[in-house]
Amino acid sequence: MRGFRIALYIVVAVVIVIAGAGAWATRFPAIAPVTKHPVFDAATIARGAQLAALGYCSSCHTAEGGTPYAGGRPVPTPFGIVYATNITPDRDTGIGKWSEAAFRRAMRDGIDRRGQHLYPAFPYNHFTKATDGDIEALYAYLMSLHPVSNPHHANRLPFPISWRPVVAGWNLFFLDRGAYMPDPGKSAEWNRGAYLAEGLGHCGACHTPKNFLGAEDHGKRFAGAKAEGWYAPPLNGASPSPVRWTADTIATYLRHGFESDHGKALGPMQEVTGNLARLPQADIDALATYIASFEPAADKSKSEAAVAAADKAAYGPVHLASTLPDNGGNSAGAKIFAAACATCHHAGGGLPDMRPVRLGLSTPVWMNQPTNLIQIILHGISPPVESPGVSMPPFADVLTDKQVADLVTYIRGHFSDRPAWSDLAESVRQVRSDGPHGAGEGEQMASQGQNQ
Amino acid sequence: MITLNVNGSDHPIDADPNTPLLYVLRNDLELNGAKFGCGLGQCGACTVNVDGKAIFSCLTPISLLEGRKIVTIEGLGTAERPSPLQQAFIDEQAAQCGYCIAGMVMRAHAILQATPDITRERLELAMRPNLCRCGTHTRILKAVLRAASGNRSASAAGDAAPEKEASR
Repeated sequence: MRGFRIALYIVVAVVIVIAGAGAWATRFPAIAPVTKHPVFDAATIARGAQLAALGYCSSCHTAEGGTPYAGGRPVPTPFGIVYATNITPDRDTGIGKWSEAAFRRAMRDGIDRRGQHLYPAFPYNHFTKATDGDIEALYAYLMSLHPVSNPHHANRLPFPISWRPVVAGWNLFFLDRGAYMPDPGKSAEWNRGAYLAEGLGHCGACHTPKNFLGAEDHGKRFAGAKAEGWYAPPLNGASPSPVRWTADTIATYLRHGFESDHGKALGPMQEVTGNLARLPQADIDALATYIASFEPAADKSKSEAAVAAADKAAYGPVHLASTLPDNGGNSAGAKIFAAACATCHHAGGGLPDMRPVRLGLSTPVWMNQPTNLIQIILHGISPPVESPGVSMPPFADVLTDKQVADLVTYIRGHFSDRPAWSDLAESVRQVRSDGPHGAGEGEQMASQGQNQ
Repeated sequence: MITLNVNGSDHPIDADPNTPLLYVLRNDLELNGAKFGCGLGQCGACTVNVDGKAIFSCLTPISLLEGRKIVTIEGLGTAERPSPLQQAFIDEQAAQCGYCIAGMVMRAHAILQATPDITRERLELAMRPNLCRCGTHTRILKAVLRAASGNRSASAAGDAAPEKEASR
């Protein structure tokens, strides 16, 4: 079986290279540069701004501390780093020369104006589902931006992936081209949600596991996957959260980036929910209806029991670490928790309006992977630049890997009934080296004396 | 009994291992530069350096610090002989009430140790954890950049000197 799989991989890889060669031979034509763009009305531009927020465009196409949409952000992929491009209408370094037809081709086919393949780090396999009207509005919005000159950084990809025509082979297998087709058996709201989630929203780009060529495995839709140094939890009904999600709680979470029985949107999802705040409530409700359709029906008594258990596990009055009972493996972690975490995470702790989620309900504590909990402890929580929001200090420079592992073991054991995570030392080392955005900048940032 | 290495000397500390470093610095060692602001790691007034990194001393228990090198603002310089970074804060008149300044200086010190010629953009991001209620952030940034440019001109002078020799 294993031999068969390896043979299959080799066959697929060979086909992709041959298809790449074929694509090289029959290149896509360049689309003539334009000197002027059509004038769009304010309503179209405003709708485009909402769609850009839904598409999470600025999150990838903005370098940390850089001008929005001017590109330069390193996007980690399993194959290497792809640098996001400048999508402001700058003529030389952005998309100022692109006609709407060129933009539509990029969205639908992943081909840039000059006829070159774009890498699927740009999720055109999702964007292909957008309607012509939505693509036009997005184009109108991007063309309304101030042009910024910011030349593209060279990608850090190994050969043969660095040779763009191989993407043609990838497309042959994994690009399902064409606009979203509504499911007549479902409600209009569900279909709207599916269109938003599967198209511009590209939820699956993070939440669906990928195969060995980095394509989403549709047999495992929304089963949860590694994403940018974090782990995107499953949305397919296998959510580890002790309280079941419902359409209402999903809508609250997407709208506010926080839901009291599950916790706060963090890592890449913090930017997603920040962006979604710009969408009309009807679209948020539609997204929630669609995502909730993968969840089993909420069991009220189970949810109530989970909340009661979380209240029971809640850390009461702050103990002196020296007075904690020595209960085996947990004791080192319990002492760190009492001394470093309990100030905020005891019942009623923290500042007004900044009260942390009850750890007994917090999704990262219940997940199958310790990744997100370790991310939070090492790198803390900080709101996006120039935005208000909750802040938790990072502990990367305070705690050693062993101390983080002890602390995580204690939190898992005390606040959930799930089995202990194994190999925590390796997980902590990995998250530390991946850094807060998974781009491997952990070490580099640590050496600059900063981790936020 | 825990031994803490603060500003280059070892100090035996007779305190509960749970005690935040800040309390030990202020109450036991009478190093009153680091301040208590929020006690929750939200404001940065308590920032000191541990092994060269800026950390919040208000929520770091001393039990985690045995064998590590702690540096406080008192370890940088004195009122008579301030460090170049402290002098840059004086030159820019970066303090208004001054409560945040020891923390600001220690965060900046860790940043400049790692990145002596940091840019303004990187510095703004790196200084984010420290807050100033008076709003002197722009002067604080100017002070740190002044110290950084001092680093630059010092290293440029170092580089240029042999060339001067040669051209003579």
